[in-house]
Amino acid sequence: MSSSAALAEALQEEMSIDETIFIIGEDLISHGGIFGQFKNLSEKFPGRVIDTPISETCIIGAGLGAALTGMRPLVDMHFADFVTCAMDEIANQTAKIRYMFGGQVKVPLVIWAPDGAGLRAAAHHSQSLESWFVHTPGIKVVVPSEPADVKGLTKAAIRDDDPVIFFQHKKLFAKEGPVPEGEHIVPLGKASVKRSGDHVTLITYGSGLYMCLEASNELARMGIEAEVIDLRTLKPLDFDTIARSVKKTNRAVVVHEACLSGGFGAEVAARIGSELFDDLDAPVIRVAAKDVPMPFSPTLEDFVLPKVEDIIKAVQQVTYR
Amino acid sequence: MRGEKLKPVIDMKSIGLEMLLSLYRKMVTIRQFETLAGEMFAAGKIPGFIHLSIGQEASSVGVCSVLRPDDYITTTHRGHGHVIAKGGDLKRMFAELMGRKTGYCKGKGGSMHIADFSIGILGANGVVAGGFPIAVGAGLSIKLRKTDQVAVCFFGDGASNRGTFHEALNMAAIWNLPILFVCENNCYASTTRTSYACSITHIATRANGYNIPGLSVDGNDILAVRQAADEAIARARRGEGPALLENKTYRRRGHFEGDPQKYRTQEEVAEWERKNDPLFRFAALLRRRKILTSELENEIKEKVDCELKEAIKFAEESEFPKPEEALDDMFINL
Repeated sequence: MSSSAALAEALQEEMSIDETIFIIGEDLISHGGIFGQFKNLSEKFPGRVIDTPISETCIIGAGLGAALTGMRPLVDMHFADFVTCAMDEIANQTAKIRYMFGGQVKVPLVIWAPDGAGLRAAAHHSQSLESWFVHTPGIKVVVPSEPADVKGLTKAAIRDDDPVIFFQHKKLFAKEGPVPEGEHIVPLGKASVKRSGDHVTLITYGSGLYMCLEASNELARMGIEAEVIDLRTLKPLDFDTIARSVKKTNRAVVVHEACLSGGFGAEVAARIGSELFDDLDAPVIRVAAKDVPMPFSPTLEDFVLPKVEDIIKAVQQVTYR
Repeated sequence: MRGEKLKPVIDMKSIGLEMLLSLYRKMVTIRQFETLAGEMFAAGKIPGFIHLSIGQEASSVGVCSVLRPDDYITTTHRGHGHVIAKGGDLKRMFAELMGRKTGYCKGKGGSMHIADFSIGILGANGVVAGGFPIAVGAGLSIKLRKTDQVAVCFFGDGASNRGTFHEALNMAAIWNLPILFVCENNCYASTTRTSYACSITHIATRANGYNIPGLSVDGNDILAVRQAADEAIARARRGEGPALLENKTYRRRGHFEGDPQKYRTQEEVAEWERKNDPLFRFAALLRRRKILTSELENEIKEKVDCELKEAIKFAEESEFPKPEEALDDMFINL
């Protein structure tokens, strides 16, 4: 099943058991979402898939206000890049309301944001902005990779009583993978070891997973066994799984598609450095996009994005091989 | 009802004696609450900064007097009056202003972030125009849940220049949501005159751009406000959609307490106070109609003062939260 079908399956299952769930955003009905990700849902649940005008702030607000008054909305952000138009609603309102009001209310809101580069979509349709929200207390941040996780995390995010921003990579929509039928929940805040190995830990999420798995196969041919951790949720962060692995391998490389400076890799590297310093045989290295807005031309975009070779090089560096 | 000034013909008999006195009492409560809050702030008993709504009591009380407890409001940084008018608890309000554990938000919000979800107060807001999107969501939720509640979004003239105002009016209009947008045009957005910052004279005329009713009323005439709100709320409850009500009033205090107010003269403020105080005007009307005697007036004032003193005592005797409680109340599911 594709990643996008896994999302639709999760939503269909959840919407049929909870009638307070609705989906709201731009251009959802005629094509089932601009990526077809909500296909057939508006027919199956009439009135519960709602098209909006192009008004990002009020789209998020419509979800937030509804979440505060008994509903469980999923807001579609069209492209993750457009969160900038709704930043007050997400960062100042959604993330803070429960805390600011002393825990009086729950905010069961999911903001679904298709992100990521590689589609030659240039600087306004290609960003990976997860670290902004990790830096905003009060909102959970989910970045799944494989279809099974997309399904399981979608169900968990919808059932969660706290606000969740859910980034799904556009280039992974078509990626196929096995997806368990029915009640398959992946709890928020639990990482997954997607490959076992003793020599180095690759810590990643989202599109980085596929790069890391490809790099691991190459590395295995070189006699280096990498352990690959897919974080799946960045907030809350499952640091226990990271620590267990790094204590075994004594080496870590963090991989993400978002640009390097201030990216989530910095947080992971800092925590490993301060909490696992004695277990390290080499400095933690980050593999990430270069610090420029995403350019359009294929030669430029490919140069900016992190590549499998970059991961291999980083691993060679930390294993001194 | 489109951008015109209403000359209300108000039948006071139909409002009833009890309601008239209740309106008066609420206005006195807000006036006294704000006055005491100002004094306590000046005395260093309230941390941070506060924005007072003295002179705007007719708007908050007039509108909230036609709401039910299960109706929603969103309010602003100048929101104490709305919270009181909607039925907020004075003790928990003062405790919140003073940063105490017994406050509405356990000391995490303060003056600009008071909410009481049990009576539909979806929160004051530190961001100007931050209430619009939330009100749209509440209105949408009412529609999806098929109840006959309404949502009221209070905001100022300054907020009507933000994008959220325009997004919200459009969305409420296309979905026919049960929302009353209440602009309290108090002549100033912080230090900036409304006449400088708005291209139109009546904010209510902006309703025309969204094909919804818009009405400007004398916001210092509580009965005019109440009548206009009553009609708009009844209409929304019947499923006939949103409206924009502009209550023309005046911000008597600075933007915040301690504001040096270099942008206006004290004569200007004094003139508003002398000629157009909503509380004095209403009291005079009630006296003329022999509803309010000086005896009754004193009795009401004493009762209100007593209630407020108790509320302040409660707040002052309440503990501050423990420092580590700063880490509570963020997520439900950890």
